[in-house]
Amino acid sequence: MSAGDTTMTPVLEQQEVAAAAPQRILREGLIFEHSKAGRRGYQLPALDVPEQALDQLLPKPLRRAAIEDELEVSEVGVIRHFTRLSKLNMSIDAGLYPLGSCTMKHNPRINEEIARTPGFALSHPLQPAHQIQGSLELMWHLEQTLKEIFGMPRVTLQPVAGAHGELTGILMVRKAQIKAGNPRTYILIPDSAHGTHPASAAFAGYEIKELKSNSRGTVDLNALAEAVTEDVAALMVTVPNTLGVFESEIKKFAEILHAKGAFLYCDGANLNAFVGIARPGDMGIDVMHSNLHKTFSTPHGGGGPGAGPVGVSERLVPFLPSPTVERAADGTFYLQYDHPDSIGRMRAFHGNFGVLVRALTYIRSMGPEGLRRIAEIAVLNANYIRARLKSSYYLPYDAATLHEVVFSDKMQSAQDVHTLDIAKRLMDYGFHPPTIYFPLIVAGALMIEPTESEPKEELDAFCDAMIAIAQEVKERPELVRTAPHTTPVRRLDEARAARNPILRWKK
Amino acid sequence: MSNLPETPTHRFIPNASEDVREMLATIGVRAIEDLFASIPADVKIDRLLDVPGPWSEIETRRWFGQLASRNKTAVDHATFLGGGAYAHYQPACIDQLLLRAEFLTSYTPYQPEVSQGTLQSIFEYQTHQSMLTGLDVANASLYDGSTALCEAVLLAERLVKNKTKVVIAKSVHPQYTETVRTYVQNLGIEIVEVGWTSDGRVDGEALRQACTADVFAVAIQSPNFLGVVEDYDAITAATAAVTKIAVVAEATSLGILTPPGEHGFDICVGEGQAWGVPTQFGGPYVGFMVVRDALKRYMPGRLVGETVDVDGRRAYVLTLATREQHIRRGKATSNICSNEALIALAANMYLSLMGKEGLREVATQCLQKAAYLRQKLSAIASVTLPFAGPTYNEFVVRTPFPAAGILGDLEHEKILGGIPLAQFYPGHDNDFLVAVTELNTREQIDHYAAALSAAISRKRR
Repeated sequence: MSAGDTTMTPVLEQQEVAAAAPQRILREGLIFEHSKAGRRGYQLPALDVPEQALDQLLPKPLRRAAIEDELEVSEVGVIRHFTRLSKLNMSIDAGLYPLGSCTMKHNPRINEEIARTPGFALSHPLQPAHQIQGSLELMWHLEQTLKEIFGMPRVTLQPVAGAHGELTGILMVRKAQIKAGNPRTYILIPDSAHGTHPASAAFAGYEIKELKSNSRGTVDLNALAEAVTEDVAALMVTVPNTLGVFESEIKKFAEILHAKGAFLYCDGANLNAFVGIARPGDMGIDVMHSNLHKTFSTPHGGGGPGAGPVGVSERLVPFLPSPTVERAADGTFYLQYDHPDSIGRMRAFHGNFGVLVRALTYIRSMGPEGLRRIAEIAVLNANYIRARLKSSYYLPYDAATLHEVVFSDKMQSAQDVHTLDIAKRLMDYGFHPPTIYFPLIVAGALMIEPTESEPKEELDAFCDAMIAIAQEVKERPELVRTAPHTTPVRRLDEARAARNPILRWKK
Repeated sequence: MSNLPETPTHRFIPNASEDVREMLATIGVRAIEDLFASIPADVKIDRLLDVPGPWSEIETRRWFGQLASRNKTAVDHATFLGGGAYAHYQPACIDQLLLRAEFLTSYTPYQPEVSQGTLQSIFEYQTHQSMLTGLDVANASLYDGSTALCEAVLLAERLVKNKTKVVIAKSVHPQYTETVRTYVQNLGIEIVEVGWTSDGRVDGEALRQACTADVFAVAIQSPNFLGVVEDYDAITAATAAVTKIAVVAEATSLGILTPPGEHGFDICVGEGQAWGVPTQFGGPYVGFMVVRDALKRYMPGRLVGETVDVDGRRAYVLTLATREQHIRRGKATSNICSNEALIALAANMYLSLMGKEGLREVATQCLQKAAYLRQKLSAIASVTLPFAGPTYNEFVVRTPFPAAGILGDLEHEKILGGIPLAQFYPGHDNDFLVAVTELNTREQIDHYAAALSAAISRKRR
């Protein structure tokens, strides 16, 4: 077929692919469909204490009958099942995974090894301090390190995700405002913000006032000055923002807010853009969460676990979650519960300790030069993509960008090909799509964040694919519109899933 | 930046000088620092961060290894610690499978065509949760047991208008209740606590009285923080018109205990750590939430549903997303975005390997071994078990002496013997919580009983 042949229907092509590679259409069944009476996947030692009648230990009404439909699968069956499932996923270890705002960087395996050290992995969260000096000291060191990176006097390690950190931060803001006499009513949030910001603010009891971005896509200083009243508790910004644009007037934001007794909250999701180059504390930021699973390389694991430590300025220190980890004069470490103004506890135990171990391992592996190099190369890589793609894709905001770049489908929509189609077609080229349709201020956004982990060759391959797709849109739009063609499944009927939800397997 | 030394290459960052030169030329700038012109000079730092490193793997192993060796753990102690974090058998293949890059280094399955592995696994996980709790719809995971309880309370509050109180049993994990207190502090929700009777079960009469017209939900835990198994039917009878939340902090108990969904409970939340996840100083764990079908559209967090692709092949996808923050923003059912997907995957693997028989056998061994220790301890003069109610694998022990001292004596015998209760319940100075699992051998249990007996005799002298 020639490149200009638009009569070839993709359906035929799909059948050809299927015929050429029949295993492609073989699907891995649900684990429940592998179950067969008499198989087993485990063995325990025989019970080594005298067995007593169950009725004596636990009255019958408290005991369940057999667990209906639970599995009987061999170890081989389980290993094959999950290995086959894994092969249906794309991953950062296999190549560029350019989800904007997610910072899908290399996940060093030394992190995994250290987190599995038995002394850490087997330590119990309710042991007395003298038995867990190693765990406490690790947390203390991580806090010292994050304090230096953030330029802030204290950091809590309790929050276990970015959104959890946001809630922690806004609860502290509220407690501080209450202490100052009035909780206030509003949190200001730019229209480019992540959806967790309004949700977290609402969970802290606030109403949201949206700030319209200016033509650069950043917060408008005049609009901000007008919006900040004595009834505003804080502004939540993302630095650099979700377009990758640095809020150059950030110090003025702080001045405006502080003059009215309000706080400046920073979403540190994009810290990868400026780690080691600038520090939030020096910008007048009062409170910032940082996603350890982004800037500090802990694996995303298909959606978590993460960790969202929160740094604060002096004014907010009294309100930090309790307990904190402290070092005594004799060099030992302990948990301090005596914080009368604390917002309380954000979670049972001490946060996602295993994620904290990985993050500190990474930070030590990088060292001071390495930390700065992260930002330098992440920003270089993103700007390289921007330079290579800007003639093929529309750039809605032309302000300088740092670690990510946001294009739109404006040049393609004339052919009735949209962002979703471009994203799906990228899969056929072997790349995970970027973040799409976010930020909301860009219609048909394609938000690309390569991180510092990508070599030039991988960036070139990605850009070549994007340029080839732009060409396909002109010549064979149907091919793009019906993509993907080569993935384990093709486009899904999402409306059907929502209309008549099937949320579990049933016999 | 220009006054800083040239940054060396690093093993995690492939692009080196030649790449950088070519890329700068394509971009059309002279130096990397030009790309940072949008950051004002007065917020840039003109020095390197004051942190140690860069460390090789050799140095990293050495330093962290020393730190880890300062913890006293099951590495060289017999452990009987519970209180919401339990040491159970971890099948070897789980960790090997979790380290597969396709699971470990992928993200939220927003693009289902290239994430069917994660999506199908979540669908299976949801199915396990539903079967084990006797309720209809499970979500893809929440952070942990404590925040799952927070989300359950907030869900229940959304179901009704103008009701402001939630009743939480005092025997729910105290750190869970503390977390709920943090979450609801600005939402006009009041927590009413209800105590226990002499058998360690929630006080039914107090519960009945606490369920006034302004109460929207009641939350109890079974086995509760004292280790006692609650009578679900008695509780549902006492709490007729409110949303009933069951908390399960020891997930293996679902292998033998009757599931809350079969006894009138509307929501079951809990901590999945016991399903083979290491205690790792408190996290990452996995919170679960399972609800009646009628509540599914109020559910926080992600849900995976079954559908078909354009060729009619069965496939899985994130669904009912209009509940979530990225669509609903300030009106979302929760602010949760990242969850505990990898730990939920580990739980799915554990439940699949153990299966029908294994879940029952683990639970039975826990029950039998704990009963064996209970009986050994109750035979020691001056040791009492203050709560007479039925227990699963955990129970409270009382001696005539402060718990910290007794447990210190056990530690000398290389036994991590329990958790003092006084930090949670003032006045219980002589009480501590002891947990037994299938990992504890008869030898360890016999040694425990002998060591406790000896410790008490020494103190008596």
